[in-house]
Amino acid sequence: MRDTLIQVSYLIASVLFILGLRSLTRPDRARRGMQMAAFGMLFAIAGTLLNHTIVDYRWIATGLVIGVVIGYPMGMWVPMTAMPQRIALSLTFSALAATLVGVAEFYTEITSGGVPTHAKMAALGFEIMLGSITVGGTIIAAGKLQEWITSKPVTYKGQNLVNALFFLGIAGLFVYTIVDPSQRWAFYTMMVASFVFGIMLVLPIGGADMPVVVALLNSYSGLASCATGFAIGNVILIISGSLDGASGFILSILMSKAMNRSFTNVLFGAFGSDTKAIAGKSAEGLTVRSIGVEDAAIQLAYAQLVIVIPGYGMAVAQAQHAVRELTEIIEKRGGEVKFAVHPVAGRMPGHMNVLLAEANVPYDKLYDMDEVNGEFDRADVALVIGANDVVNPAARNDKTSPIYGMPILNADHSKSVIVLKRGMSAGFAGIENELFYDRRTSMLFGDAKTSLTALIGEMKNV
Amino acid sequence: MEILELYVFVLAAFVGYMVITRVPPLLHTPLMAATNAISGISLVGSLIAAGAAHSRVATILGFIAVVCATSNIVGGFLITDRMLKMFQSGKRDAGSGKREIGSGGT
Repeated sequence: MRDTLIQVSYLIASVLFILGLRSLTRPDRARRGMQMAAFGMLFAIAGTLLNHTIVDYRWIATGLVIGVVIGYPMGMWVPMTAMPQRIALSLTFSALAATLVGVAEFYTEITSGGVPTHAKMAALGFEIMLGSITVGGTIIAAGKLQEWITSKPVTYKGQNLVNALFFLGIAGLFVYTIVDPSQRWAFYTMMVASFVFGIMLVLPIGGADMPVVVALLNSYSGLASCATGFAIGNVILIISGSLDGASGFILSILMSKAMNRSFTNVLFGAFGSDTKAIAGKSAEGLTVRSIGVEDAAIQLAYAQLVIVIPGYGMAVAQAQHAVRELTEIIEKRGGEVKFAVHPVAGRMPGHMNVLLAEANVPYDKLYDMDEVNGEFDRADVALVIGANDVVNPAARNDKTSPIYGMPILNADHSKSVIVLKRGMSAGFAGIENELFYDRRTSMLFGDAKTSLTALIGEMKNV
Repeated sequence: MEILELYVFVLAAFVGYMVITRVPPLLHTPLMAATNAISGISLVGSLIAAGAAHSRVATILGFIAVVCATSNIVGGFLITDRMLKMFQSGKRDAGSGKREIGSGGT
């Protein structure tokens, strides 16, 4: 009877999870759907507490209370600009939980005199391996995103060889523990090695590649909890784990596609570290046209269609509210404004959308690359705010460029381009951007927020 | 029993693929937050590890796992909701949108 109740609670939870994720296809229904999913979670937890192997509730109660105390501020107080590192950190938590459950399961089995079956050991092995890699990797990713660690690639000679050897070692230990599950040392060594491997895997990856990495680690952590389900024979863990895994997997594929790079290239390419030599198409002999706030304001004031291209620089300058204010003035004057969001703009999938939504930009003005790229031909001004590589025409024209083949926003098709930028430093990929030297382009140098505020003031006078 | 679990895994992955490919890029960040919250379901395994009283070690490992998973659930669902609340359509909220602009100009 109890077991049936538990299983029914899991079934309800699974259905609500799937419906919740399904609701995310539409922004107007998403909120309701996710609230239902939260109910599903309550069902699953309540069901689990009925489990007859649970005899002592003291640790559980304490853990739940502490979890709520940590979780509430992580949900309510973390600013939207810190979302990438916040997501990375919660991936650490979920992978850590999966890993610890796996270790507890192994420890219990082995100390009670038994030896885990080969199949169970395979599941536990996967769980520990993926879990530890994710913990190590996400800690570094969060550190880089928060800029506690340099967001530049950390590389050294022979790095790929060392990583490959590590990987082979882990794979060897994995097979060994399956063949002989009684070997504790192999199991624990594999755990530690995977953790170190996770760290080494993410260290050489630069800030601009973080969307792929975070998505990929998301997929690992999902698969780790999936493996937990196999190890302890729990169906709901398998279901939610595979939903999570599928989500991370799909996102990382989309992100890689948007950068025209393969997984292997992202993971082992250390983008940006060796591109200085390749980015040869130097800017020598080309001139940049700098523009003042007054001229930019006039251009914007008389534009019929302005397409705003936000990039990570907008997030760094916290300029999203100023952007919204500026676009409202343009609209009040009768102009039309669209936002063109590149899939890899920012530090995580969908990063720009969330920031703009927070600044009260209605979501029907936010367009994906494919939707908006045809519109640039009739745009009077493309306003590039803190974006660089995603508007670099070299991706289309220059076969020697490291970003050649990456789909970009066609800012260069519009009648004029205004670029808000701090200075003439190259983008994260370290590549010169010929758009900046185009004769239709004018550069408005300075901090994005300061420039925008000045523009707003000026626009009111035009 | 194990082959049955494999069935569940394959079918769930399939459903996940079908559902998630249809999520628009607009909501990719909330999607990540949502799957994070859902992945807090590893609490289910943690609860059993923490409450089964097999050994002190297993209990403590389970306890830490309970803390991690719970904070993911609470934080994950709250932040997803907070984000989704911000996504407003321009047409529907034309009136209230203007009001927010006035008060939000600080």
